[in-house]
Amino acid sequence: MVYLTRKIEFSASHLYHNPAMSAEENQRVFGKCNNPHGHGHNYSLEVTVAGEPDPVTGMVLDLKELKEILDREIVQRMDHRHLNYEVPELKNQIPTCENISRVIWNLLEPKITQGHLFKVRLYETPDLFAEVFRNGARPS
Amino acid sequence: MSSNGLKIELGRRYRFSASHRLHSDQLSAEQNSRVYGKCNNPHGHGHNYILEINVSGTVDPATGMIANLTDLDAFVDREVISAFDHRSLNDEIPVFRDHVPTTENVCIEIYQRLKHFPKAKLERVRVEETGNNSFEYAGEEVTDRRAV
Repeated sequence: MVYLTRKIEFSASHLYHNPAMSAEENQRVFGKCNNPHGHGHNYSLEVTVAGEPDPVTGMVLDLKELKEILDREIVQRMDHRHLNYEVPELKNQIPTCENISRVIWNLLEPKITQGHLFKVRLYETPDLFAEVFRNGARPS
Repeated sequence: MSSNGLKIELGRRYRFSASHRLHSDQLSAEQNSRVYGKCNNPHGHGHNYILEINVSGTVDPATGMIANLTDLDAFVDREVISAFDHRSLNDEIPVFRDHVPTTENVCIEIYQRLKHFPKAKLERVRVEETGNNSFEYAGEEVTDRRAV
């Protein structure tokens, strides 16, 4: 098995607010992430695909094709958008790193048909990230 | 949340600066010098360490979080950063009075200090000693942490 990782970046705004909680509770749980007008990040996304290299091309999958999938599914959907209001997949979810990375996994997994999606790592800042992988698969 | 057989981990990076000296009482002066090289210099030296930890757990639907960063940061600061930052590992961290403070052993010590985080499961500890070397520990049993 060979693991291939491609990295992309997108910039987006978000805020954390749960309408089921009081204003005070939102402030206590989410702190400055609860500021009503939102704020933004430069997100960095690392997508790892596992597979055997094709004997003819030597590729697990064509990087150009992976780039197109990432552009279509993630960049066009999330780049320079407000994640709370403009990304339907995140509707009714708090757009934390955990939830965004799971949405990204669910968007990408069915689209990657050569090899298989092995891991998604989403950085919200250089010091904070979330990782998604199949239960039992060891992250590399 | 483990829905659809997926596992989600939260990763967080911290920094601390500390000094250490690699020296084993079980080795002769010549052996120490041969094994540890300049890391055996008698007065020690220091690094800007980067600590990266991964925790896992259920993503709370109300908050979207595995663990609130405020809780995680406060715990890591109390258990590790405040004890290690701007300290001599050999002299000020009790376990390193009789264990060599290699970054392997630093990883294990940090794991022991963080594994009781009450809000999520500690999966892994990774420590960068410099930008060119890093070590990971995921909690396997280690019976003897001495270097030799």
